Amino acid sequence: MSDHKHRVVVTGMGVVAPNGHGLPAFEAALRAGTSGIRFYQKLQDLKFGCQVGGIPQITDEVKKSYFTDDLLMAMNSSMIYAGIAALDCWKDAGFTRPGDSEDEIDWDTGAIIGTGIGGADTLGELVVPNVNAGSVRRIGSTSVEQTMASGVSARVGGLLALGGQVYSNSSACTTGTEAVINAYYTIREGRSKRVLAGGSEGHSHYIWAGFDAMRVLGRGFNDQPEKASRPLSASTGGFIPGSGAGVLMLESLESAKARGARIYCEIIGANVNSGGQRGKGSMTAPNPVGVRRCIQAALADAGIPGSAIEAVNGHLTGTMADPYEVENWKVALGVEPSGLPFINATKGMIGHALGAAGGIECVATVLQLSRGFLHGSVNCEDLHPSLEPYAERIVRRTVDKKLGIMAKASFGFGDVNGCVLFKNANGL
Amino acid sequence: MTQSEAFDKVVSIIGPFAKNADALKAATRETKILTDLGVNSARLVDIILAFEDEFNIAIDDDTADKIRTLGDAVDQIIALAKK
Repeated sequence: MSDHKHRVVVTGMGVVAPNGHGLPAFEAALRAGTSGIRFYQKLQDLKFGCQVGGIPQITDEVKKSYFTDDLLMAMNSSMIYAGIAALDCWKDAGFTRPGDSEDEIDWDTGAIIGTGIGGADTLGELVVPNVNAGSVRRIGSTSVEQTMASGVSARVGGLLALGGQVYSNSSACTTGTEAVINAYYTIREGRSKRVLAGGSEGHSHYIWAGFDAMRVLGRGFNDQPEKASRPLSASTGGFIPGSGAGVLMLESLESAKARGARIYCEIIGANVNSGGQRGKGSMTAPNPVGVRRCIQAALADAGIPGSAIEAVNGHLTGTMADPYEVENWKVALGVEPSGLPFINATKGMIGHALGAAGGIECVATVLQLSRGFLHGSVNCEDLHPSLEPYAERIVRRTVDKKLGIMAKASFGFGDVNGCVLFKNANGL
Repeated sequence: MTQSEAFDKVVSIIGPFAKNADALKAATRETKILTDLGVNSARLVDIILAFEDEFNIAIDDDTADKIRTLGDAVDQIIALAKK
């Protein structure tokens, strides 16, 4: 780490997940194994194979407590989730919501809030029907800001009067983790004191339809929603779509200490790469060589051996890729199955929130590290047969555990990978 | 439809877009929609669409461009509603 100019810490978090909004509710849900997966009649009416999904339970009353009427008229679900998570994160980091005057601009803070799909709900409900009907003017003024790829970060930048670099990244299901990694790079290079980082994804049948058509969504548990998302399980039939947002405040250690901020943990290394869509990799499948290189490069970045990783929050979606992922961790870390770090899957409770997954799951990882527990991976009581050698390392029931270093990784369509290493705040 | 009825409906439609709540409460015919009420100029097209829906009228772009104050809006709406 000698070439890193600045150490980077996490000083705030905000989360809007299908099984909980806010850190206390989300932590309680993780500890209890509470599912946020529910049946949606709309999906059945539209003849989806998968008729369950993960949607945060955000009431209109809650929305109005965060946003004015004119803002809400220009915010689709991904922007609402991003906005709430970012505002919560901002407050959690010790800041107050800025007013409207120009002197409220925070020139030292940026935002990297990504999304995987973007405003498909706005396209499906507002743009396409009006364009097809020859009523372009009826679209009104809000469609561009809701469908531009940077919509989620742009809204957050305005809500918080951010004066640093504000942008959205997009790398499919790696998006949220990649945002955290990009923010880490930005701060350690001294280009910003603070960056809000994470991912957001709206809930929409227009987003989920393509995955349903690909037959990658689970269809076998429509009548038992809480059982439907089954990472690591022998009986999984695909992932369950989710939505929400997770945002973390990354900050230089100097800045955090100077303002007396509470520090959750330090980020000590990371890597993002691609598998080249060669070998076993493709647009929709990861090249294991790329995955392993990504994990090993993160270790090298941190200057630690694989054996230093005590727990992994996996990508683990509930598809046939789960056993390959666990195998990749074993090879990348250079351990035997019995020596694999503890590994768990958050998606069993919240589904796969696509571009938000990495953001929400980084929050889950930091919560576990800072609060001293590992949550159980629900719905894998029938462990996939290939994973039997790892049975003792797969966390199936929540345990209290003080941890030193935890890894979070995400993998996405396009054969893209991201791995970030968090270290507890002891000694900081 | 009286001037007063039209005015109340116009204020009601613009209300959610107005950042200056005090100016909205004290609104008169002379109140400027953008500068006094703090409405984002991009949202004028949404307000025009809402007028069309509420009063069952069609407002062309030239007419829309003439609307600066609440009184302008009321006058144009009443004129179009009579056609």
